[in-house]
Amino acid sequence: MAKIIVVTSGKGGVGKTTTSAAIGTGLALKGHKTVIVDFDIGLRNLDLIMGCERRVVFDFVNVINGEANLKQALIKDKRLENLFILPASQTRDKDALHKEGVERVLNELSDEFDFIICDSPAGIESGAMMALYFADEAIVVTNPEVSSVRDSDRILGMLSSKSRRAEQGLPGIKEHLLLTRYNPERVQKGEMLSVDDVNDILAIKLLGVIPESQAVLNASNSGQPVILDADSDAGQAYLDTVSRLLGEDVPFRFLNVEKKGLFKRIFGG
Amino acid sequence: MSEPSIELKGSLFPLSVLYCQDFSVATLRQELAGKLAQAPGFFTQAPVVISVENCTQTPDFAAIKQLFSELQLVLVGVCGADASLKKAAHAAGLASLQPPKAGKTAEPAKPAAAPAPAAPVAPTVISADNKTIDGNIRSGQQIFVKGADLIIRGTVGAGAEVIADGNIHIYGALRGKAIAGAGGDASKKIYCYNMQPELISIAGNYWLSDTLQGDYWGKPVCIGLQDGQLMLAELF
Repeated sequence: MAKIIVVTSGKGGVGKTTTSAAIGTGLALKGHKTVIVDFDIGLRNLDLIMGCERRVVFDFVNVINGEANLKQALIKDKRLENLFILPASQTRDKDALHKEGVERVLNELSDEFDFIICDSPAGIESGAMMALYFADEAIVVTNPEVSSVRDSDRILGMLSSKSRRAEQGLPGIKEHLLLTRYNPERVQKGEMLSVDDVNDILAIKLLGVIPESQAVLNASNSGQPVILDADSDAGQAYLDTVSRLLGEDVPFRFLNVEKKGLFKRIFGG
Repeated sequence: MSEPSIELKGSLFPLSVLYCQDFSVATLRQELAGKLAQAPGFFTQAPVVISVENCTQTPDFAAIKQLFSELQLVLVGVCGADASLKKAAHAAGLASLQPPKAGKTAEPAKPAAAPAPAAPVAPTVISADNKTIDGNIRSGQQIFVKGADLIIRGTVGAGAEVIADGNIHIYGALRGKAIAGAGGDASKKIYCYNMQPELISIAGNYWLSDTLQGDYWGKPVCIGLQDGQLMLAELF
């Protein structure tokens, strides 16, 4: 039985796909057989972030409609042995997903994989509901600003009322908070909410804090999940996050303003 | 993975017990429909146990079950059944439960050793329908309690709404809307540990967050109504 983890946020553009790619890749790096499923039907992005856009032949909707089988649609990652991607369809819309079809595909994946990462679309409509419905755990991606925090709060409400676990009275979805685009300098200046501020409002367990980093954009553009860039701060923060997801106790990093040395002051950081 | 996929745990749930004299479907339909009409929607899909203690002959459980589902109630079982009634209930797919302990639900317990007769003491009526929520109310969620208090062990997020005919107690921050005394009772109050609401209202008198900025913002506060005017007071 695989663990189904949804990466969700409510708000768009906060880093759900970047996070799905990084955490999926991180789990595979740690030796777990992982598949990342793109639920953003019609706005397919995951394949670009994972750098496999030229290898998409069949997609999630094809499998649901029985036009292809899973083996044909799953794309094996070229870098890691036990990492797979199930891409979204670019030509359809969210209504192409229905509970029975999604359940059948997830069940089939569940037999073969340790982790299924569901990359949710933004919003609270059917597409996002479909992505979170079958989840065992949820990673709520939030930026340190008020609108993102409120949308996360909304999605947390959905997780606790609209999921399969809620409907069937099972133990609730395990909720994790992942703060992305965190900039300690701007927090210090009061331009950004701090970790404590966000924690105070959302009151769920903090899984990780990803610093705002040029490495993320570079990684997206080059189709390399940022977690593979182990020299970058964001890559390291994602590695820590994956360890915590697997139950390890790892201290939080990149929360405070880095003290710049003389050279950095002169030449820029 | 290594965790078991199912788990059985004992829990206690409040259930409504239906006591009746006549178990014929026609009578039950009439009586129940009348009762439900008094509070439309309130009992929708409510789990109900039917007491068969004073039942003389075996009722048609299957037909009663059917009647319940027509009335949008869920008949979960019978209580106080003897062996033959139990068998009939089981055949209709109903659980048999222990009858509730007399005294606790049937009649209020009498105070032990009554003091010397003074002015007649009005009996304290404690509504059993107070709703307690363990956890946070998230943005977009709406909680409504009819005819009773609402108790929340958590935070009410911005964009969430909590409404009760009775008092509202929030053991956390209130960032959304809280409406107490929704039925018009001006004596109801709102208590919260950290007041940062979007709106508070008691019996139709409301304040928006703009008006509430000031000394009490972010503090533990009790909000009540005095001469039609909302009054704030620190909790401690």
